[in-house]
Amino acid sequence: MPDKPKLAIYWAASCGGCEIAVVNLHEKILDVDAALDLMFCPCLMDTKRKDIEALPDRAIAVTLFNGALRTEENLEMARLLRRKSQVMVAFGSCAKGGCIPALANFSTREDLFRSIYLDNPSVENPDAIIPCGTTSFPEGDIHLPALLGRVKHLAQEVDVDYYIPGCPPESHQIWNVIEVILSGDLPPKGSTIGCGTLTVCDDCDRTKEDKRIPAFRRNYEFYPDPKACLLEQGLLCMGIATRSGCGAPCTKANMPCSGCYGAPDGISDQGAKMVAALGSVMDIGDTVGLSEAEISGRVSAFLSTIPDYAGLFYKYTLASSTLGGKVGR
Amino acid sequence: MSAQSDLQGFEPKIVGFLCNWCSYAGADKAGGMQTPYPPNVQVIRVMCSGRVDPQFVLSAYEKGADGVIILACHPGDCHYKEGNCRALQRHAMLILVLDQLGVEKERCRLDYVSAGEGEKFNRVIGEVVEAVRSLGPLQLSRENIA
Repeated sequence: MPDKPKLAIYWAASCGGCEIAVVNLHEKILDVDAALDLMFCPCLMDTKRKDIEALPDRAIAVTLFNGALRTEENLEMARLLRRKSQVMVAFGSCAKGGCIPALANFSTREDLFRSIYLDNPSVENPDAIIPCGTTSFPEGDIHLPALLGRVKHLAQEVDVDYYIPGCPPESHQIWNVIEVILSGDLPPKGSTIGCGTLTVCDDCDRTKEDKRIPAFRRNYEFYPDPKACLLEQGLLCMGIATRSGCGAPCTKANMPCSGCYGAPDGISDQGAKMVAALGSVMDIGDTVGLSEAEISGRVSAFLSTIPDYAGLFYKYTLASSTLGGKVGR
Repeated sequence: MSAQSDLQGFEPKIVGFLCNWCSYAGADKAGGMQTPYPPNVQVIRVMCSGRVDPQFVLSAYEKGADGVIILACHPGDCHYKEGNCRALQRHAMLILVLDQLGVEKERCRLDYVSAGEGEKFNRVIGEVVEAVRSLGPLQLSRENIA
């Protein structure tokens, strides 16, 4: 037992879906257990933080770190596990790009506190108490991990060796990565692994033809043709700006890709790339003879059917996007 | 506090993406007319406004631009038939996204300048520089994360 390389799986600001994806290895989890000593996973096991602190540095062979960095505690655990690990993997879209927790970056921390603790009609808070790191009582001070000003992804705070995208990563890809790790033939540091390099369209076997969309439509409005490209049917399918490797399970289930594998190779900003792609397939009809103002009006009317472009385009990557969230003042 | 004093002496940095066939020639015309216009715009010549990837605009902000101008051929005049239409559609969607990210639409303007419209080039540049000057510098969230 003591000779097996140690594996840690930690969750920071996350939902637990990444752990489920690991368990979804099914019987292969036995192979993982045979080869690696899973010694830290708060979701599944009772190892404590002090047990990790007691380890020598670099004692853990691989840490799969899932979740974004929302609180000071997340930050401390990221730094601790980085110190104790030989290989640090940003596991899943929260650790890679911020994912759902990072949608909070559309607001400032102060805005969040105001709407949750002060201006919320169902909250009675006459003393205007909001979370803070240290609170003083007559008996002494108590400390709770404070919220960071912004949700961050792992690589903003610690050195990351590899990235595995997905919300959650597909189990067959987790297995591929474990095989690579066990083989010892590791890819170059900084690689995004357990995925492809192209887009989800490459995985998706729907029929693709000319893309000219007369209107954007939303999922509830109609039942899409199960054979034809969903984007061509007007759904804002993120597949064109999303990394391949998942096998396109969403489009197979007649749902548009929501972009969880993040940007493909060579793309720095998934949302900007969606704007580029959709801007070139919108069909506003014949504009000959129209004034510039009339053309702009048509474009605005076309775009008005979707209420939240940024939330859709940056659902999984806001923390790692070019602007990183709402700009400051 | 010092917001007012910060604004004094603030010279906006503007990146201008100019289409090779119309707007770049329009800027050249403006230069030839020798009427002064604000020197705040760093011009990048692109073959077509349709070549302006929204990533370029975000990168400009990331690298310190306070505003971006995309100048295109008038509708129907595109050297590549419809590159300017794509630029228009992308721009319209991009400013909706930027608005959600707290970037005012005045910081990202698309307009049409033909090869003969030196005066319009001057006017558009002037309007954008003044609009951005009154908004103040663009501060990215990355700079003030605690």
